[in-house]
Formats: sequence, C-alpha cells, structure tokens
Amino acid sequence: MEDLRRRLDGVSWVDLFLWGLRIVIILLIVVGAFNTLTSGKYTITTWISLSISGLAQGSIYALIALGYTLVYGILLMINFAHGEVFMAGAFTTVFIANYFNRIGFLNTYPLLAILILMVIAALVSMSVAVLLERIAYRPLRGAPRLVPLITAIGASFFLQYSFRGFYGSGFQTYPTVTALSGTFTVGKVTIPVVQVVVFFAAIALMSGLYWLVERTKMGKSMRAVSEDKEVAALMGIDINRVIVFTFAIGGMLAGAAGVINGLYRPQGVYFFMGFIPGIKAFTAAVLGGIGSVPGAMLGGLFLGVIESIGPNLVLEGLGIDGANQLKDAIAFTMLVLVLIFRPQGILGERLSEKKA
Amino acid sequence: MKRIALLLLAALLFTLALSACSGGDELVCEDTIGCVTVAPDEPITIAYMLTISGATAFLGEDSRGGIQIAIDDRGGKLLDHDINLKGEDSGCSAEGGQTAAQKLAADTQIVGIIGSSCSSEATAGLPIISEAGMLMISPSNTAPALTDKEGTWHPGYYRTAHNDLFQGRVAADYAYNELGARTAATIHDGSPYADGLQGVFANRFKELGGTVTFQGAVNVGDTDMRPILTNVGAGSPDVLYFPIFEPEGNFIAAQSKEVAGLENTILFGADGLLSESFPSGTGPAAVGMYLSGPYVEGDAYQQLLAKWDTKFGGSPPSGFHAHAYDATNILLDAIEKVALKGDDGTLLIPRQALRDAVTATAGFRGVTGTLACNETGDCATGEALGIYRITDAEVSGGNWPPEAVWTP
Repeated sequence: MEDLRRRLDGVSWVDLFLWGLRIVIILLIVVGAFNTLTSGKYTITTWISLSISGLAQGSIYALIALGYTLVYGILLMINFAHGEVFMAGAFTTVFIANYFNRIGFLNTYPLLAILILMVIAALVSMSVAVLLERIAYRPLRGAPRLVPLITAIGASFFLQYSFRGFYGSGFQTYPTVTALSGTFTVGKVTIPVVQVVVFFAAIALMSGLYWLVERTKMGKSMRAVSEDKEVAALMGIDINRVIVFTFAIGGMLAGAAGVINGLYRPQGVYFFMGFIPGIKAFTAAVLGGIGSVPGAMLGGLFLGVIESIGPNLVLEGLGIDGANQLKDAIAFTMLVLVLIFRPQGILGERLSEKKA
Repeated sequence: MKRIALLLLAALLFTLALSACSGGDELVCEDTIGCVTVAPDEPITIAYMLTISGATAFLGEDSRGGIQIAIDDRGGKLLDHDINLKGEDSGCSAEGGQTAAQKLAADTQIVGIIGSSCSSEATAGLPIISEAGMLMISPSNTAPALTDKEGTWHPGYYRTAHNDLFQGRVAADYAYNELGARTAATIHDGSPYADGLQGVFANRFKELGGTVTFQGAVNVGDTDMRPILTNVGAGSPDVLYFPIFEPEGNFIAAQSKEVAGLENTILFGADGLLSESFPSGTGPAAVGMYLSGPYVEGDAYQQLLAKWDTKFGGSPPSGFHAHAYDATNILLDAIEKVALKGDDGTLLIPRQALRDAVTATAGFRGVTGTLACNETGDCATGEALGIYRITDAEVSGGNWPPEAVWTP
C-alpha cells in the first residue's frame, strides 16, 4: 500500500494526461479503421492504389524535406523560405517544359528532356538558395536563433512576390508526357506509370545524397560542421564553403522535386505553390527526426501515405463529415503522436543540451 | 506701418462681411446616418474592395476594369466633380475582407463601395461597412445568406450578381432534366460561396427525385485529390458538382480521370471556375465538363468588350466585369439623384437617402439585363445566367468563352 502510494507520487499530472492522450488517439484510430474496413465500402485494391499515390506524393515531400533537414543539421536554423526555393525551380521550368512540348522535343526524347528540365530547375533553385544564404542568413549568423527564423519568413514573402512579378499571377500547367501517361496492372491493382517513375526518380536522388553525405570528403566536412563548428574550423574546414554547399544541395533537390512534382501533378503552378508543400515537408522533416537525412526521407514517405489513406480510413469510420477536409489534421495528429512517443522523431538522435 | 495694418484690418472686415452674406443658404445635413460633404474643388470618392492579389486576382481585376470603364463613360466626372476611385485588396478571405472594410470605413469621404469579390469577404466586412453608414454593391458575391435577413444581411448591402439560390437550382435542374443524371456527388472548399452553392444544388437535386451519394470538402491549397475522389468514386455518381476555384478545381477535374468509379461521371462546376485559364490548365480532362456562370449578351455588352479591349487590351479575365459596370452605374445614378448642391458647388450626399435610392432602383436597363433591387439588396433578376460546355476548342484551341448550351 505504502509502496503503491510512493510510486503514484512520482507520476505527475502531465504524464498522466499524456498517457491518456496516447490511449485516446490510438483508440480513435483503431475504432475508425475498424469501422471503415468492416463497412466494405472500399476494396483492398483501393487501399493499395491510394498507398501508391501516397508514396509518390511522399517522395516529393521527402525531397523538399531534405533541404530543411540538411540546413538544420548544420546551422540549427529552420529555413522557412525553402518552399519558395522549390517554387522557383518549378515555376521557371514550366515555361521551358511547355516550349519543349511545342517543338516536339519532350515527346520524342522524353528521358533526355526531363533530365534537362531537372538540371535547369536544380540550377535555378540552387542559385536562389545560395543567394538566400548569402544575402539573408549569413549576416545574421551570430544573431539569436529567432532572428534568422523571422528573416526566413520575410524572405519567403519576398520570393513569392518577386516571382509573381517575373511570371504573373496566372496558373501555369506542365505538359503531359505521353511516355508517362499510361498505366500498368499488377494483379488487380492498376498503377499509373508516372507514380512509379516519380517514386524511383526521388529514390535515386535521395540515394545520391546519402552517398554524398556518407562517402565523400565534402560529406565528411558537412558532418563535421554539424557536429561542432568551432572544432571543425580548427581542423581546417572552411565553414562558409560547407554551409554554401549545403544550401546548394538542398536547393538542387528542391528544384528537381519541382520538375518531378510537375510530372506527377501538372496543374496549379503559380507563385504561391511552394507554401503548402514547404509546410508539409517541414512536418515530414520533424516527423523523421530533424537533422537526420534518412529520417527526412522516411518522414516524407510516411506523411504522404498517411495523408492519402488517413482521412478515408480513420475519419470516415468515426463518422466525421468532410473527412477529406481534415486530412491536414490527420497529418499533424500523426506528428503530435510521434513526438509524444519519440520526441526526437522516428530516426532522430537524442539531441545533446547544446544542440537542443 | 500703421497704414498697412489698417488696410489689412479693413480687408479682413470686408471678407468677413461677404462670407456672412453668403451663409444664408448653408447646406444642412438632415440625414439619420450622416452625410458626405464634398468641397467645391474636391472629387467625389468611391472605392472598390476586391481581390486583386493572390490566386483569385483574376476575379478582382475583372471587376475593377468594369468599374473603371463605367467611370470613363462619364468622362470621369459626376455633378461637375471629378470621380476619385480608391481601393483595397480584400484577398478573397474573411480576414482580408475585414481588414479592407476597416480601412475603407475609416475614410469618411467614401460615398459607396463596389465590392466585394468573394462572399467570404462580404460576410466579414459588411457589418463594418454598414455600421459606417456606407453602402456596398457587389458585382460577384453570390452566397444566399448575404441577402437573407435571417442570414448575414446588413443595411446598405446590394449586389448585381445572381443569388446562388438561383445558380445552384439551375445547375441541378440541368443535371437532372437535360443530362438525365439520377445520382450526384458534391465537393466544396469550405468557403461560404462553395458550401452554400453545393447545398442548394444537393437539395434541389433531391427534390427532383435524385440521390446524392456524397457531400464532401477539400481545403484551399490541397493538391492531392485522389483520396476524396476515391470516396466519391465508391458511389459512382452520374454527376460530380464542385463549385470551387482554381487551382483546386483543376486538380479535381484532372485527377478524376484516374480514379475507379468516375469513368462515366459528368463534371460540373460553377462561375468560380469560369475563367480562361481553366480549360487549358486542366487539359483533356476538362473536355465535356459543364460550368454555370454569368451569361451576358447584346449590343451593350459588345460595346463594353470593345471598350475593354481599347483600355486594357484583350478580353476580360473573368465573367463579372459587366456586373461591376452595372453596379458602378447604379451607385453613380443614385448619387446624382440624392446629392444636394450648394451655390458654390459644395455637394452634400446624405447616406440614408442614398441607400433608399439604390433600394428603389427598378427597371434599370444595364448590360446584364433589367435590374430591380429588392429590400435586402438582390438586384439581379436571374436573366444573366447560362450553362456552358467545355469542348476541345477551349482546351487546346484557346477559344474563350465556350458556347452556352443553356440560357434562360
């Protein structure tokens, strides 16, 4: 009896509340999913095709999320203008893609054309990211951490409205690539070719990044700077060069993601298109463990799939109206849930005092 | 020195005497909610409150052009005063509408406002405008609640756009009777405009004997519509009605072709998607889609289009420029009717009398038909609404507007 009381004294109300919250959320998910699955409204093929389109969407989130995570890993700052870096590449390249389509180049040599587009978009986004670092962030390197964060939000608006000035406020559309517009069937599931291509293109880019960070000298410098800037500098590493390189890599991935996004979802290319994917990618980065490269990849894919199947699976089973309007709620509930169980994110390392 | 001072004093006395003489017929404001005084050499100020930035900028730019042409048609003058057009961007959101309304209400020289573009702006901004004694005439608000005394109506609100009670009904009638649809699904984007419109559509469709298989919503800013379309597809409806805006409308139309159960579903949108960039932006999936929206014809309209081409070049980006033109003329006519003119050219515009004059508008022969305002401000008679069908000519040929398949 005395022993029990002592153990209960050690449990704070906050802990109890958090445990209650975990149980309630998990119960809701289980009940919702059970109701939906037993109602028989959707077949197993529906879930598979939703998951596959979620993976395609998630791989785009992942590519953008890598930019957040790389910069955070090195500077411990959140580059909120990264969504606009993605927009810069996607928005600029849409005009070139349409030109390629008009002269017939896109459909005669689709692979070459898409590669060229990705390189152009990567270069544009890289330039924007590098300029952003040089003009907006470097002068504030020593400032308190809130300062560059606010600057990033300002830079985000600046970029949005600059690009509105360059290309107008209208909606642009990527051309459809005939070679990618078919579908193929595995068992009973029909899969659009473009989703598979998008997924593997993103995986290829991410593997390239992983190799770069883990196996090259530059990658080693990046890891060293992320560990401790001062000591890295003492070892003869040019910190500014490493930081610029990091922004450049993040920018290139975002630019390539812009073209991949255009293949997957051609409509709605305009100056504001980077905002929502930027927020989602940031969520994905936190979900996977900010600062961790594999974490960003996993977080992106996870978020894409959850968004795709979550509303229909969980919310509909709970009898909630307008389930699909709440898909962001699903995504962010997942984030809260993951952070309650693992505050460092799925693959994140436990941060030391200094970093956190 | 002394002499100069004396001379100055004399001059002062002389002017004082003069002004005392002319004070006899001073204009006196007797209006219950106040007046606007316009000094002899000052302009009459009217304002617009439209969405001129962001994703819905095409809607506001379209209406603003209509207002400017209406002012130009009078040579920029009214009752021998210049017309000064001010404006605020209301961004097609409730917050934007509220901010814009507060800014406009603070300027007591503003006589009347043309706006807003979106119903959500008006819902938030109208109470402020109404409280300030001003009036607003909207060229493109269509939400039924705005002219409903039980809804969000406030004194001083008028519109030349059709009420969605009419638009949603026409769309449901057309889908049921002409397209032979018996099952329908609807998607809105959470805005009062889209939600209201899909509600009217669904109710009318049920009234006619049809079944509504699904009513759902997406967020503004969503790009992946497959989850909701999967949900819609589970019921395989004959018609999918989504009265929303670009780019969400483009995503729904384009992605609907990839979802099982929607192969034979007819797509149906409303005036929010009736813009030149919609068909080409959506691609082949838009062919065969129906859109309801303003339908204006006649010589007066052709003249308006010609003026647009001379002033701005090209054709208007959306369908409400004629409504904005009519709204401006109703306002200017009413000012002309009620303004009191002093001997020196000072104008006194009583605000309540101005509202009464607009309410009394009847048999106004505008570009969008013959307009008559009722006591809650609905001025359109429903003459100017049609249903369009998008063909390959609009998607890949650059043709605009599409041919109307139904007119009143």
